[in-house]
Amino acid sequence: MKLMWIVTFILVLSMPLLAATEPNKPAEANAVPEEIPDVNTIVNKANFMAYYQGKDGKAKVKMLITDKKGRKQQREFIILRKDVKDGGDQKYYVYFLKPPDVRKMVFMVHKHTDLKKDDDRWLYMPALDNVKRIAAGDKRTSFVGSDFLYEDVSGRSLEEDTHELIDANDKLFVVRNVPKRPETVEFSYYDVSIDRKTFMPMKMEYYDKKNKLCRIIESRKVRKIQKFPTVVKSVVSDLKTGSKTVMEFSDVKYDMNLKDIFTERYLRRPPREARR
Amino acid sequence: MTGHKTQFVLILVGFVAPFCFPASIKAENADKAHSLLSSLPPIELHGFYEIRSGYRTRKDKYQKDMSIMETRLQVELSSNLSWADLNVKGDVFGDLVTEQGDFDLREAHMFTMPFDFMDLKVGRQILTWGTGDLIFINDLFPKDWQSFFIGRDTEYLKAPSDAVKVSLFTDLVNFDIVYTPQFDPDRFISGKRLSYWNSNLGRLAGRDAITHTNKPNRWFRDDEFAVRLYKNINNYELALYGYRGYWKSPAGQNAARSQALFPDLNVYGASIRGNVAKGIGNLELGYYESADDTGGQKPLINNSELRYLIGYTQEIGKDFTAGLQYYVEQMLDYGQYKRSLTTGPARDEFRHLTTVRLTKLLMGQNLRCSLFTYYSPSDKDVHMRPNLHYKVRDNLAVEFGANIFFGDYRHTFFGQFQNDTNIYAALRYSF
Repeated sequence: MKLMWIVTFILVLSMPLLAATEPNKPAEANAVPEEIPDVNTIVNKANFMAYYQGKDGKAKVKMLITDKKGRKQQREFIILRKDVKDGGDQKYYVYFLKPPDVRKMVFMVHKHTDLKKDDDRWLYMPALDNVKRIAAGDKRTSFVGSDFLYEDVSGRSLEEDTHELIDANDKLFVVRNVPKRPETVEFSYYDVSIDRKTFMPMKMEYYDKKNKLCRIIESRKVRKIQKFPTVVKSVVSDLKTGSKTVMEFSDVKYDMNLKDIFTERYLRRPPREARR
Repeated sequence: MTGHKTQFVLILVGFVAPFCFPASIKAENADKAHSLLSSLPPIELHGFYEIRSGYRTRKDKYQKDMSIMETRLQVELSSNLSWADLNVKGDVFGDLVTEQGDFDLREAHMFTMPFDFMDLKVGRQILTWGTGDLIFINDLFPKDWQSFFIGRDTEYLKAPSDAVKVSLFTDLVNFDIVYTPQFDPDRFISGKRLSYWNSNLGRLAGRDAITHTNKPNRWFRDDEFAVRLYKNINNYELALYGYRGYWKSPAGQNAARSQALFPDLNVYGASIRGNVAKGIGNLELGYYESADDTGGQKPLINNSELRYLIGYTQEIGKDFTAGLQYYVEQMLDYGQYKRSLTTGPARDEFRHLTTVRLTKLLMGQNLRCSLFTYYSPSDKDVHMRPNLHYKVRDNLAVEFGANIFFGDYRHTFFGQFQNDTNIYAALRYSF
């Protein structure tokens, strides 16, 4: 008898908890038709979430590249970013920590969103004390030998594609992006699944010229850092080569009031923010 | 002579070290040893171990068949203190060609930012500026041509300087001022490892005729000044340069004592680099004033020169880059030179040189295939540098390459090395 009372008591207490965790379908369903923003608003917000949170930022990045034979390679670097204009031009500074043969190398980009203007890129090689200018190249080439491409790291201009909302469920918007100049890219289109609440891109699926799924980028872990939802783990799988890269972010900071360290001075001598 | 300088730098570092670790002075007993260790700033240790071997492809009676046969350990120690960064990098290596071991202290410097607008780097350091790709006009910091031609890593083309570098940053323009209290010459081709054209003998020579030099080496008197003013305007990098010192490789002779000389040299130059079309373009000029022979009357000392360089690099395919350069050396007072020349073939008034660099990355960027070619249409000579570099693992790389020389004449810059053509292989473990 006593036991029954206890069980009842626990059940009653846990009621509100159960109610909260149980998906409340009718309520959600009511919310959906209310607010579906137009597709441009969605892609703008998603682009902002992925690349422009805070006016500057820092992260320590660990990459693990595993090829189809299971061979593993590691990369570790510190990335600093500063927005010149919100949603527009940006500056990136990448300071390599691993592997040892690239340690202390610096890669710097002044990214321009104007399609007519190429990005400016520099490489600093410490053993030679050499500041090298790198020709702006195909942005769809591998970033430091991983399965991430330059464009995945610094963003693809929204102007490059046409956008269409192809699905909206209670959790995600799915936007199809079709390149305006298909001859410049290796895919025919890509679908991005965007979190309805945060507008964080959660999954990107690239389809090859034969419309076969060939590459997937997933945001595996999202954490709130200084009020900004932040992807702290993402994975890219190249279905063609069988290779996979896991990228993990730590020491993430926003709005650190970075000075203009994106100059030759700091290429030759990395700023404290990059080394600590 | 390098030994003395290494000693000096080590003494300098030894002198600076107590200030960097003030805690060490206070350590009085073993009890404190533990807290002392934890109070020391963290020291990072990195480096590599390498085996490199190479052979000549042509018989050369003045040299051994082996072109390089060395094992090398590079150790780099660095520490970031609150007020400065310290860095020491040195190579210990043994070589079967010279049959001796050696220590090459490559870096031992202190870096600090005394003011917001000022950087200061003191000690042994590698210095580079200018826009050329393996062509240097206004970069008058020491080069190691011997390492470059026998197949060491390109890192070794740059020899260290014992210098003070002051950098000043203003809104209008930035300045770099490098003061080298004792002249640091190139590690030039002396005949020890590579055969070369000896104009006195009128033939190729090597270990039978090693160049003896009379190097200016008085501290604070035989010194060098190098200055760069630079500014970035819309990511077009503009620079002006000045240098006061000496020809970095022998550029004159004392006939009576049969010594090669490093005559006085002043250089004034300018450069610009930036985006052009789909790639990067660069332009650099320099006026070499041979201060010991301004009129060109002295036949045994280099005349003054004008040097011009134009270059362009572009990505021409996926992970495939091409770079082109055109370079001219113009001898001034050429008439005087011709009139006063007593022996040997005359140099041309204009030396034209073109370079082509092709680099392709494959296998997930783990394999780098590159070919750098110098071709001089006026000297009719060629130097090719094919190289394959493959990263087996993150820490392990193998490399195969060659230094190929040919030319119509034996007295031209690359033609003189025609018996020095070599192939090499290397294995490097980095940590």
